[in-house]
Amino acid sequence: MNMIVSDVAMGVEMADQVKIKVNDVDVFYGAKQALFGVELDIKANQVTSLIGPSGCGKSTFLKCLNRMNDTVDIARIQGLITLDGVNVYDSKIDVVELRARVGMVFQKPNPFPKSIYENIAYGARIHGLASTKADLDAIVASSLEKAGLFEEVKDRLHEPGTSLSGGQQQRLCIARAIAVSPEVILMDEPCSALDPIATAKVEELIDELKQNYTIVIVTHSMQQAARVSQYTAFFHLGTLVEYGETKKIFTSPTDKRTEDYITGRIG
Amino acid sequence: MTSFVLLSFLLISAFLFLYFRSKAISFIGSTSQKLHSRPEFHGGAALIFTIIPALFFYSFVSIAKDLFIRLAGYNESEAQMVASLYDVITLAVAVLIIVLGFLLFTKKQNIRFPARHIVEKAIMGVLFFASGIAVLTTIGIFLSVIFESLSFFSQYAFSDFLFGLQWSPQTALREDQVGSSGAFGAVPLFAGTALITVIALLVAVPVGLSAAIYLSDYATPKFRSIAKPILEVLAGIPTVVYGFFAALTIAPFIRNSSESLGFTASSESALAAGLVMGIMLIPFISSLSDDVINAVPQSLRDGSYGLGATKSETMKRVVLPAALPGIVSAVLLAVSRAIGETMIVVMAAGQSANLTINPLETVTTVTVQIVALLTGDIEFDTPKTLSAFALGLVLFIITLILNFIALRVVKKYREQYD
Repeated sequence: MNMIVSDVAMGVEMADQVKIKVNDVDVFYGAKQALFGVELDIKANQVTSLIGPSGCGKSTFLKCLNRMNDTVDIARIQGLITLDGVNVYDSKIDVVELRARVGMVFQKPNPFPKSIYENIAYGARIHGLASTKADLDAIVASSLEKAGLFEEVKDRLHEPGTSLSGGQQQRLCIARAIAVSPEVILMDEPCSALDPIATAKVEELIDELKQNYTIVIVTHSMQQAARVSQYTAFFHLGTLVEYGETKKIFTSPTDKRTEDYITGRIG
Repeated sequence: MTSFVLLSFLLISAFLFLYFRSKAISFIGSTSQKLHSRPEFHGGAALIFTIIPALFFYSFVSIAKDLFIRLAGYNESEAQMVASLYDVITLAVAVLIIVLGFLLFTKKQNIRFPARHIVEKAIMGVLFFASGIAVLTTIGIFLSVIFESLSFFSQYAFSDFLFGLQWSPQTALREDQVGSSGAFGAVPLFAGTALITVIALLVAVPVGLSAAIYLSDYATPKFRSIAKPILEVLAGIPTVVYGFFAALTIAPFIRNSSESLGFTASSESALAAGLVMGIMLIPFISSLSDDVINAVPQSLRDGSYGLGATKSETMKRVVLPAALPGIVSAVLLAVSRAIGETMIVVMAAGQSANLTINPLETVTTVTVQIVALLTGDIEFDTPKTLSAFALGLVLFIITLILNFIALRVVKKYREQYD
């Protein structure tokens, strides 16, 4: 069941509680540079939010963490990103394993056009996490429960996932990510397509999930960043301007640009 | 005469359009009211009142001219005169229609005249007419096939046709001729069609679908931009050329190689025709499937990759199920092509109606037999000729059933994304 975590990595995690270490990362799309020398430590079992105006590179940065940029042909990355002390861009790293450890939830809910059950079972199947039908049932139930969706859908597990409401679909996608027992969950504006009530539910969920997972969330809503995250990183024009505890960023930012952004003067 | 009339109609149209448009423009500013429709619509509506009814009248009446003269039963010299008189009257009435339309429109046109609605309705009418033609023609073809088939079945038992195992459609020239009673058992033909179609699909579906998957999700854009047009060139090759290729290259090759393996094969074989037909169908399947696979949203692929699925897992478990309806319709299109294909079969599979499932033997298909039955000197009331229509009818019904089944299958298994 468990993902392979090297002993060395465990040691690092214990020592300073840094889950992901980002060292001087540049990203290029073709000739265009999207990120400039980003340095950032993401703490374990905390919610880290990435804020900044559109096109500032926060989604690009997020996608570096589980190598989703690999699917973009023209994307090129330089620098070092380590997960529990292991370079995720090392040639020995298997992307499939990495993504099982670093799950992702997308901006627009994208449930597979399969039943609710199959949506959750998908990840467990491709990683061979369940050997019997009972195992699989248990994984589906517990994932839905952790995503706070079980009560709402338990009687219709075999209806299409696309028949759910937008907020339920997004929680289904979160449950789907949880089903492969990741250590980190990346969320790319998970609430931007949801109404305020669904958003509140997802935020509540994020808060609960941080006990078991390290969460990195991109958001356009500064209120959301303030509500759900313990750490906040502000990106502007491809550079990381300021990073620190959310409380500090929102009350006494050190950089003028951060202050302008959170007070609504830029972006 | 007619071309002169049409040309003048065109000139009159241009005049009327411009005239009523400028009249509409002249309304502007004369009162505080706003023009209901743009001046162009006034011009267009004027044509609908004048030229278009005149044109309809003129063309229908002109087409009916020969019929009228024939039915009235004039002799040769009278017919000449009547014909020219008919032309003159027709033209006069058409001109009258234009004049009346002109007067009517002049009377109706004012600043609040709803010309826009009239033009929109006319456009809808044209579109309706076009779709009507398509539907009516289909019904007409179907009915004609049914009537001819019925007259065949009045001469030959339906059950013997549908379940008979022997096909030898020659009929007697003289009453007492030996072996003259034709046998119209269609089973060997449908079996031959099915055999060749299955072989063709066994080639085309795996290759075409794999090519589509490679092109849409694996190939670099550069490779795709080169390979896709090349693949589509295959679709442009006339089937008679495939026929050559099948008869002169593939069929002898199959015969030789199967003989060296110890099988006996005839020089024309179902396998040769099926293989070449399969090659012909590859671009159909690959091109259409490539389009539907591309239409599956990237977000679904991302969702799958984000869970750690590999490319092939994503393709197999997410993309292909979502693209299934489109892929099935591509395959169906290929099936209809295979069933309807004649040239390759004539050249590569032969014409003798063997009932066999051995692909190395010569077989024939329904369409080939229809061609054979309807070429050369034919009489329209013999069972031999009429059986072609019966074959056509059954073929039509079979494809209809296939379509129906496929639609049901798709409905059951489709994974709908939006």
